[in-house]
Amino acid sequence: MSKAVSLSEWRPIWLLLAVFFLGFSGSSRAQTDDAFRVLVAEFSAANFAQKQVIAERLLDTGHLGVRDVFTALLDSRLFVRDRDQQPFIVESADKGLSEFTLLDPASLAVAGSAQTGQLSRVITNNQLRRFLRNAIPRFSLSSPDADIRLDAVRQMLRSLDAVTIQLLRDRADEETDERVSYEIDTALALAALDETDPRRRLSAVATLADRLNPEVFNRLSGLLDRAEDGSFVEPSADVRSAAGEALHDIERERTFYSVIETVFFGLSLGSVLALAAIGLTVTFGVMGVINMAHGELIMLGAYTTYAVQLAMPEHINISVLVAIPAAFLVAGSAGVLIERKIVRFLYGRPLDTLLATFGVSMVLQQLVRSVFTANNRPVVTPTWMSGTLQINEVFSLTYNRLYIILLTLMVFGALLAVLGRTRVGLEIRAVSQNRLMARAMGVRSQWVDALTFGLGSGIAGVAGVALSQIGNVGPNLGQSYIIDSFMVVVFGGVGNIWGTFIGGMLLGILNKILEPFAGAVLGKIFVLVAVILFIQRRPRGLFPQAGRSAEGM
Amino acid sequence: MNERSAIAAFFSHRANLGFLALLASVAILAPILNLAVPESSPVHLSSYVVGLIGKYLCYAILAIAVDLIWGFCGILSLGHAVFFALGGYAMGMYLMRQIGSRGVYGHAVLPDFMVFLNWDVLPWFWYGFDRFWFALIMVVVVPAALAGLFGWLAFRSRVTGVYFSIMTQALSYALLLAFFRNDMGFGGNNGFTDFKELLGFDLQLDSTRAALLVATIIVLAASYSACRMIAGSRAGRVIRSIRDAESRTRFLGFPVESYKLWLFVFSAILAGLAGALYVPQVGIINPSEFAPINSIEVVIWVLVGGRGTLYGAAVGAVLVNYLKTFLTAAMPEVWLYVLGAIFIGVTVLLPRGLAGLWPTLNRDK
Repeated sequence: MSKAVSLSEWRPIWLLLAVFFLGFSGSSRAQTDDAFRVLVAEFSAANFAQKQVIAERLLDTGHLGVRDVFTALLDSRLFVRDRDQQPFIVESADKGLSEFTLLDPASLAVAGSAQTGQLSRVITNNQLRRFLRNAIPRFSLSSPDADIRLDAVRQMLRSLDAVTIQLLRDRADEETDERVSYEIDTALALAALDETDPRRRLSAVATLADRLNPEVFNRLSGLLDRAEDGSFVEPSADVRSAAGEALHDIERERTFYSVIETVFFGLSLGSVLALAAIGLTVTFGVMGVINMAHGELIMLGAYTTYAVQLAMPEHINISVLVAIPAAFLVAGSAGVLIERKIVRFLYGRPLDTLLATFGVSMVLQQLVRSVFTANNRPVVTPTWMSGTLQINEVFSLTYNRLYIILLTLMVFGALLAVLGRTRVGLEIRAVSQNRLMARAMGVRSQWVDALTFGLGSGIAGVAGVALSQIGNVGPNLGQSYIIDSFMVVVFGGVGNIWGTFIGGMLLGILNKILEPFAGAVLGKIFVLVAVILFIQRRPRGLFPQAGRSAEGM
Repeated sequence: MNERSAIAAFFSHRANLGFLALLASVAILAPILNLAVPESSPVHLSSYVVGLIGKYLCYAILAIAVDLIWGFCGILSLGHAVFFALGGYAMGMYLMRQIGSRGVYGHAVLPDFMVFLNWDVLPWFWYGFDRFWFALIMVVVVPAALAGLFGWLAFRSRVTGVYFSIMTQALSYALLLAFFRNDMGFGGNNGFTDFKELLGFDLQLDSTRAALLVATIIVLAASYSACRMIAGSRAGRVIRSIRDAESRTRFLGFPVESYKLWLFVFSAILAGLAGALYVPQVGIINPSEFAPINSIEVVIWVLVGGRGTLYGAAVGAVLVNYLKTFLTAAMPEVWLYVLGAIFIGVTVLLPRGLAGLWPTLNRDK
């Protein structure tokens, strides 16, 4: 549209530009962008009053970049390059930076970088800022993107005044997106609470009765307050009782969601614990080997994820999927190596396997420090794993946690299938139940031992991939999970895969239930003490292993 | 065997006499070489070295405590650093109260960190720690009480073997987290430091340090002798039979749980004493002493020296720590490799430690 305007002015320069751009495909977009940049550049020489005029003209262009430019102006991130008067938004204008990353104001694409000295900041005053603050939601409200409109309405909800209410009313008629309409309804109902007619207020309360927005909760509870002289702020008793009921409903719903949220967080933590512990169940439970290097095998898996991402920087999104088998192989082969070279000399001496594998864990830690340095390594979360699934205002699930729960379920399913339905699984179970009898039946127990240890270690590696997505990847990663993992295994019942799963989930939920009351650290201490006490009651855990082999443990 | 013959047997054992003679010579020589010999002399022992020896010997007491329960009774505690740290904290509390108004904030009663946290009254559990005798009682009572409670719970419900080890590790982890909290009233992350004096003696003086070293050696010798006598007594034989066949010992009518419990408590007291001697010599105590890895390192010392020998544990503690001091200074990146290799090598190749080499070598001749 700016192309049409420009051409209609018949200015020679525009004509030239138009001719120049005619040879290019997509010239219209490029041209509007250029005109937009030129207009933004005018900020640099203007005084505050002129800046406001420029801002209004920018609004008139309807260019999608207006929102970003205004936001950047408000954050003092809009700059003009001294050399060629090109406008740029900088990614971050922190004082400590000597160099800014430049973004093109029209597209927000990265457009190189510049020394701080080569740029001039576009400054604003209070009046201009007020104008911008009002203009951004107004502009956003007419954005074609429903998410931007939704954001804008939510922002306006918090500070309603005559202007914004009018804007919302106008928008309500033409709004097509349901979510936006719903929020506009909320906003208009909130505004209606200030009406003089008690019936209008009553119907507004009725509209708000099922809304979980915190603003609604605040306003409704405000209706029940008393003024200083003891009289109610809200004169109508009907409105007050309706508000009271609505609040009651909202609170009940909030409690409901917060319980669900606690359970979800608990399951999420629990699945992390279970995932970290499941490999240990195999080595500790099935083989009777205390593998103190288990944490470091998890760490190897996490570093494998990092290495895979280094190897395929162009395909970060699928790198995690590649990392899962890679981590299984790396940690699994490390496990087989440990079993062949060290653990097999120590069978029947569980305390000695504990000490020797602890030595292995030290060596692995130092190895990682030597190769990758002692600093934490950045592991990128793929876009499909980041972000949240917003169920409503008070309840959202983060995708990476959801995927970890999913991964845990899949690993458990796979392990159960391997142990229960394959020849190898049959041999593993046979050796764990009665080594001598299994050998008499022709099972190569040494081979099975190596394989079992490799399987447990490989699962630890897969756990490492998951943990790399939610925490730091550093040499101490394994240390922070090893004690928790042992707790889960012992709590659930050694050698019982279901026990580990349920034990992990229970401990996770318990942890999250305690956290709001006791704080994270104290909650964790309580859980540890609870497990210690639990083991006194049931020394063999939740689901003790039955049978003759259990006696020897 | 009655008590008199246990003592006689103790002194007739050559290894015991040799070990005690070695300790006595260090106790006599180290202070003389440090205090009486001028610094220019080549045989002068620097205060730094005296401090190091004192530190190593505290570790040796801790190692003996672990060896007593592990080597003789088969109880592998992965939480003995807890008792060491508790003894250290009890002594640290006394030393903190001794600072008095000489702290940075100059408060007469409250230690600096409490002033910093805006506390205005001393927490109840700090009462009495301005007296040395009270602190000394606490050095013994606190580790003993915790060991008693934990051991009573664990042994009564027959938590044994690796389960016990993992539980002790969980205990040390829980206490590590707890002592990191500022609200606990033990200085949080920073712990206690900046000590001034012990019983009126300036801790910075060489003579005080030499005296602490001698005190450490006396406690070490006494602990060693006590453990040796326990091991040589009739109770010691019951304890060893628990290690070798717990169920059988129980079926023979011995109260296995009581034996284990008392041994565990005694071992915890030794560890607490070691911690109490350690803190004034190194001048700091903080929650990292609770770290599970510390407890595991103690087990390495015992393993390297040879479990079930007591003197082996003490020698292992000194050797491994000397190696640690040397390597962390000379090649810091190599230390963990070496420690890991020692762990693996000793468990796989030398299950009886260095002490186990001796009879083997003799036999080969």
